[in-house]
Amino acid sequence: MNFVLLFLITIFSLSLFFYGRSKTKSISIEKNIRLNALPKFYGYYLVLWCSIPALVFLLVWSLFEPVIIKSIIIETAANQGAIFSDKNEANLIYEKIKAIHLGTYFGDIDSILRESALAYAKFINLFTNSKVVLIFGIIIASVIYSLKKIKNNNKARDDVEVILKGLLFVSSLIAILTTLGIIFSLLFESIKFFSVINIFDYLFGTNWSPQRAFVRDASSITAAEFEELKDAFGFIPLIAGTSFIAFIAMLVAVPIGLFSGIYMAEYASIKVRRISKPIIEILAGIPTVVYGFFAALTVGPFFRQVGENLGLTVSSESALAAGLIMGIMIIPYVSSLSDDVINSVPQSLRDGSYAVGATKSETIKQVVIPSALPGIIGSVLLAVSRAIGETMIVVMAAGLAANLTINPLESTTTITTQIVMILVGDQEFDSPKTQSAFALGLTLFIATLILNYIAQRAVKKYREKYD
Amino acid sequence: MTKEERLKKRHRAEKRFRFYGLTSIFVALLFVVILVQNIFSKGSSAFKKTVITTEVFFDQELLEIQNGASQEEIMEADFYDIMIENLIKAYPAKDRDEEDELLKLFSGDAEIEIKKAFLNDNNLIGKTITLDLTASDDIDQLHKGNYPRDLPEERRRISDFQLVIYDYFVENKKISKNFNNYFFNNGDSRDPELAGIGGALVGSFYSILICLLLAFPVAVLASIYLEEFAPKNKITDFIEININNLAAVPSIVYGLLALQILLATIQLPRSTPLVAGITLALMTLPRIIIPCRASLKAVPPSIREGALAVGASKFQSVFHHVVPLALPGTLSGTIIGLAQALGETAPLILIGMVAFVVDIPSSPVDPSSSLPVQVYLWSESAERGFVEKTSATIMMLLSFLIVMNFIAVYLRQKFEKRWN
Repeated sequence: MNFVLLFLITIFSLSLFFYGRSKTKSISIEKNIRLNALPKFYGYYLVLWCSIPALVFLLVWSLFEPVIIKSIIIETAANQGAIFSDKNEANLIYEKIKAIHLGTYFGDIDSILRESALAYAKFINLFTNSKVVLIFGIIIASVIYSLKKIKNNNKARDDVEVILKGLLFVSSLIAILTTLGIIFSLLFESIKFFSVINIFDYLFGTNWSPQRAFVRDASSITAAEFEELKDAFGFIPLIAGTSFIAFIAMLVAVPIGLFSGIYMAEYASIKVRRISKPIIEILAGIPTVVYGFFAALTVGPFFRQVGENLGLTVSSESALAAGLIMGIMIIPYVSSLSDDVINSVPQSLRDGSYAVGATKSETIKQVVIPSALPGIIGSVLLAVSRAIGETMIVVMAAGLAANLTINPLESTTTITTQIVMILVGDQEFDSPKTQSAFALGLTLFIATLILNYIAQRAVKKYREKYD
Repeated sequence: MTKEERLKKRHRAEKRFRFYGLTSIFVALLFVVILVQNIFSKGSSAFKKTVITTEVFFDQELLEIQNGASQEEIMEADFYDIMIENLIKAYPAKDRDEEDELLKLFSGDAEIEIKKAFLNDNNLIGKTITLDLTASDDIDQLHKGNYPRDLPEERRRISDFQLVIYDYFVENKKISKNFNNYFFNNGDSRDPELAGIGGALVGSFYSILICLLLAFPVAVLASIYLEEFAPKNKITDFIEININNLAAVPSIVYGLLALQILLATIQLPRSTPLVAGITLALMTLPRIIIPCRASLKAVPPSIREGALAVGASKFQSVFHHVVPLALPGTLSGTIIGLAQALGETAPLILIGMVAFVVDIPSSPVDPSSSLPVQVYLWSESAERGFVEKTSATIMMLLSFLIVMNFIAVYLRQKFEKRWN
């Protein structure tokens, strides 16, 4: 149906374009007046008026129609005597009704379901019909309005430009909408989570075992269950594991990245730089799932083998393997950014240092690096924020159990791993376990936001210093 | 320490420092080489599959159909007996147990392969033809040398007797390697020898297409607004800060967003390329806006002023002059953004693309997988055969990324104007 409507709107718009163009031409000849814009702008004007209101309406309608129909149907089913105790069962019944309507349901159909399915068919019909009627109403109204305008010889180009400028503004607002969407979707579930689990139990608890949260409905928890839930969601082991793996990653990425950045900025010939910089940046372009595969199937077993030979017990999902591979992935973030900031240190500082007899490395160590330090710290912080938000490497190569450990040969888990583990497979909405994933997401979002903010401030301040 | 000694020491320090820099670049390059070499050495064998050349006799008594049967009749006919009858003739087995072990050397699709041969030529009854039937995963891995045969029998997936049959096949030149058409045409399967990336390829294609259709126009319009029309005020600043922050939000957070808004609230179908495309578009949007703005900014003001001077409106100066000049940079930024989206896994896992999907999706609202998710799924499987399949999928993914990045670089170098 929507495709037919879209097709019709397109056809109308196109025909209106040609109509508007020729109509204004003939008006100008008939009445012998000078048009206020080129004829094609009258065509554009009609197209915009015909399509935009109708498309916006169609979009909004399509977003809300399923939600409204669902609530109506569940209500009618309840009125007819369907019994469901929570949202999941209601969803199940709704899905059944939908399947009966589509003819794909092969279970037993009782009278309640049959009646509801009939009601569903009725509502779908009603909604579709009213959608079509309303859309045509809108198109007719806006076309009449705009036709009247062009007959009065309006300044079509200016009007078209105002509408288009509005369109441009709306596009740039989508970024804000995305942010709002993220914040609301995370907050919404997190608030539900924190209404069951005390926020301090979450932030300072030392035990993470969400599989214990078997309770489906938060309102029916007994006191004993509540006690048990209380220390199932301790955040400390996760943040410890995340920071630990990120720390190992930075141990790899910072020295290698920084030294290659310095070498490329200060020593390398243009030719070497032109070849080596893109090759190193390949490391950032490789999908993280590839690193995860490499870490889990090659590096993990390799470390285990080496450990066995040395008489050490190395977990095949050790923090070391995940951290090392993550560090390799992050090298280009450090090297490219520090290369950039070192390049923007003014040459006069270096010349001054050479003039008093310093060697190149002394100049770099004592003049260039100190003056580029804020930028370098900024780039390292950006790399840290990448490391803690990185998902696939740790999902595939780090462990699942939350161990509080500082032994890099043991396995630990991270925030992102737990989010994936909780949300993969069948989820029950409204269980503290599912909601805890959103609380973790919120924590992650805030942490990376703060890191990025500081990093961007540092880099910006540094840039301004030498501009 | 004399002056000379001190100078020598300082020069040694200089050399050391230089060496550190060179070493770290070398180490970084070495990682690239190791990674690529590792993937290629594991994956290249997946593009071939092992086949067993078998003589198939179409016995009238075992088939209920006649020569010249119609397509529907053949599709409905049972080829199981014909398959068993012919496969056990591949090796002179002595008893029932040995026949069972022999049959296990062929893939689960042997019956379908025989049926397909009959579909191609429906006059085969009473005739004998030679067919290349796909071998089972264990034989496949053994023949490719990925599977050690000197382990004790209880630790092997292949029995001693099966090894004897294998050696008999090798001796009689009945076993060979063909191009692995299943790898490209099939969807996912529990059997490594039948599993393919066909479904994942189509799923990734739809996702990226939707991502492109949504993200590209919005990103270009938004960056035109911010670069050319936006007044310097609080709202504009806020939008800019927002875009920069969004570009750094971890991708998994977009997965949570999609789960809550697209799946739970709007109720779009789970596991589909449609949802994946929208999620990736939201994620890619800020990453495209940033290079788009940079390329718009690089167009010198004289272009705009020239257009305005001959009477163009602000809009005309932007859309007739600035945007076409910024197009190469815009396009290359978009392609790089799409390449990142193509490799993105975490948000797709959250929206349920990890479901086991055998069918190849025929539209963006069918459940499907995608290339990176397929890598994740197969890497979790225990069978040895999936390791080479995973590596080969990675090779495909990497080659797409290389092609996309190459196009991006080419566009920029070929068409972008240098202004100073």
